Amino acid sequence: MMADLLDIENLWVRFPTRQGIFDAVRGISFSLGRERLGIVGESGSGKSMTGRAILRLIRPPGIAEADHIRLDGTNLLDLSEKAMRDVRGERISMVMQDPKFSLNPVMTIGDQIVEAYRLHSKASKAKAKAKSLEMLGAVSIRDPERVMRAYPHEMSGGMGQRIMIAMMLIPNPQILIADEPTSALDVSVQRQVLDIMDKLVTVRGMGLIFISHDLNLVADFCDRVLIMYAGRIVEVCDADRLHEARHPYTQGLLNSLPRLSEPRDRLEVLRRDPAWSEAPSVSGRLSAC
Amino acid sequence: MVRGPKRERTAERMLEIEDLNVWFGSGRDRVDAVKGATFSVAQGQSFGLVGESGSGKSTILRAITGLAPDWSGRISVAGAALNKRRARRFFKTVQMVFQDPYASLHPRHSVDQVLGETLYLHGFRDIDACVSKLLDDVGLGQKFRFRYPHQLSGGQRQRVAIARALAPEPDLLLLDEPTSALDVSVQAEILNLLSDLRAARLLTYVMVSHDLSVVGHMCDRLAVMNGGQIVEIMEVAALRAMKASHPYSQHLLAASV
Amino acid sequence: MADASGQTGGLRAWLLTDTPTSRRHARISALYQGWLSFRSNTMAMVGLGILVLLVLIAFAAPLLAPHDPFAQDLGNRLAPLGAPGHVLGTDSLGRDILSRLIYGARITLYIVALVALIAPIAGLLVGTVSGYVGGWVDMVLMRITDIFLAFPRLVLALAFVAALGAGIENAVLAISLTAWPPYARIARAETLTIRKSDYISAIRLQGAGPLRIITTHIWPLCVSSLIVRVTLDMAGIILAAAGLGFLGLGAQPPSPEWGAMISEGRRFILDHWWVATMPGLAIFTVSLAFNLLGDGLRDVLDPKASE
Repeated sequence: MMADLLDIENLWVRFPTRQGIFDAVRGISFSLGRERLGIVGESGSGKSMTGRAILRLIRPPGIAEADHIRLDGTNLLDLSEKAMRDVRGERISMVMQDPKFSLNPVMTIGDQIVEAYRLHSKASKAKAKAKSLEMLGAVSIRDPERVMRAYPHEMSGGMGQRIMIAMMLIPNPQILIADEPTSALDVSVQRQVLDIMDKLVTVRGMGLIFISHDLNLVADFCDRVLIMYAGRIVEVCDADRLHEARHPYTQGLLNSLPRLSEPRDRLEVLRRDPAWSEAPSVSGRLSAC
Repeated sequence: MVRGPKRERTAERMLEIEDLNVWFGSGRDRVDAVKGATFSVAQGQSFGLVGESGSGKSTILRAITGLAPDWSGRISVAGAALNKRRARRFFKTVQMVFQDPYASLHPRHSVDQVLGETLYLHGFRDIDACVSKLLDDVGLGQKFRFRYPHQLSGGQRQRVAIARALAPEPDLLLLDEPTSALDVSVQAEILNLLSDLRAARLLTYVMVSHDLSVVGHMCDRLAVMNGGQIVEIMEVAALRAMKASHPYSQHLLAASV
Repeated sequence: MADASGQTGGLRAWLLTDTPTSRRHARISALYQGWLSFRSNTMAMVGLGILVLLVLIAFAAPLLAPHDPFAQDLGNRLAPLGAPGHVLGTDSLGRDILSRLIYGARITLYIVALVALIAPIAGLLVGTVSGYVGGWVDMVLMRITDIFLAFPRLVLALAFVAALGAGIENAVLAISLTAWPPYARIARAETLTIRKSDYISAIRLQGAGPLRIITTHIWPLCVSSLIVRVTLDMAGIILAAAGLGFLGLGAQPPSPEWGAMISEGRRFILDHWWVATMPGLAIFTVSLAFNLLGDGLRDVLDPKASE
């Protein structure tokens, strides 16, 4: 049995709107070990909000509530904003969908990585630079010296995403939350980025929360999958057994995908059952599996 | 397996492209986006263009529609060769559906305005009746008629965009990644809608996609593009059997599965 | 509106619906939603309140003013605040300051309305044409804009007024002529981003010409940021008009224009401070109101902020 890195109990994310309160995430519980945990669902299912809520990054007027979000015994909800800033980056990092919006366009990549590093540890510039080069190497960037001097716009999408990952890894976090990290990338580049993340999990023993809309990708890449629908977890299963999923929503999603190997005249259309959103959330605990 | 109407083998060519070059900018800044592309699509056929971003697949569509003005070579639609300017009549034959339904509808125009203006521009008379028929055709129904884009989901927006493209009753529909911004369940609905419309209206499709399984589902033939060039044209049966002859296509296939 | 005739709850639901039933319904409900988000901004509501009050005062000036703004009473010159019959005192010719301020609201509104009509519309025309057409048209129009931008505003206005002759209309014209270039710049910048968007490509694929695209597709999107900018600039425009009045190049005596009133009161500022201060406070209040309103409108109208 793996030790839990992160344990979340009864997480809610609410947004007040004119029509009343909108619940984006409705009371989900799950835990994360040293594993690759996939969270899949359609847009609006609350999967991204879950990732943000863990880091307490829900913007007002949105509210995130939970019984606890426990990281190594500390409840993140009890921490001050200042202490939370240390958690972000140092212990839990996040990689967003599009690297173009996460990198500062007027600073060289090297400066940004060095700055990110020195923010967390009071290392000397030279040491920070050496560490940055090492990290760029770790994400399979071939010519790190040149990349350090480049500006973000000179990088391709896959390169940018790898740089983002490198930046997130410098403080050596225990958990990496990746929100659709490869959706903006071409398939062949996608594979490289996934390989890098895979290596990090196995070599460094990190926990990875991989948020994606792509069922096949998650089935292929993760160890365990939470399927979210309308703010709740409807099913939890082992990734390699995703195709045997029992919940009609998961089955519907899988069947609506066109497949090269099985040509069909029409694709199956998901028929939504109102009961799905009413059913209680399934526990995503490791022990529940 | 060929799913289009039987007569397509013998039918006339709907779209013929010969030695097409498309470039942006001039002098030292010139970027050649498409280099010497040649292919043709028969009436009623569905043709796929696949490749990674920057391979020039969308640029071909933009050159056909005149949105990319700098091109050389020969493009002919329904037998008529195109020159640099596109007459309004041309757009009664060729229409396009854009990739991002969030960007392809005017944020301040209601569905009614979008479709009404399109019909008006193409000289339709009973615009009111046409708008409601179009909405029915794309499976939206009348209650969406007076909504603004921000009141619609991604799939609903894409249906509006499809209705707009269908309004002038075109023969050739250019589809630029029509489902890549949508959820898979919505993608299935839109792809089904597109299949139904093709059968009902005997449309010819040229579909750009980075998703081989979508192209495999929708198309009869496809061209694989890399770096602005078409490296291979193959039947969809070959794609399904994973039998690509060019190394790049093999690489793409391997990465996609 | 048969379905709206129920109680207020029904009307509210009708206004907030996601499924409008007619063109008019859709428009009204969009306006109502804008109003709701505007209303939640307290400061903007304060600004709007002040401006509505200003308009009411201007309309009802003859009813509200206790005295004739032009009636001189040399025996009662420079009466202090709270003098009997003259709440805000009198000026150097014994005219009631409160009455003059009330009538001055009409002039201020007149200037504001005219400038707000001329400058942004001229800017919108130049900017959108320049941005959409591009090429040499863009070059020529933008260089003209640059030339206008290069002059200090008040100096250019002074030159115009000097050439055209002093007076409110000419002052308005002069201010408008100096105020349009920034609007042209904004409109052009917006047009450049809008021009590349898919929805403009889509309407081009329906065979729409540049005139239609600019007027029905680009203008509606530029207008909102221009409205915001105009309300934020209003304070400056009022001050410029007041400045011209102060320099004796705007409204001519005995017109109760606020700037001209400050100018007159300037001579007595040390001994009789209220003569210049009261119109100054009026200018300050109205300028502030416009700024608050502009901030609120930006939240409602600016498509970038609302997304």
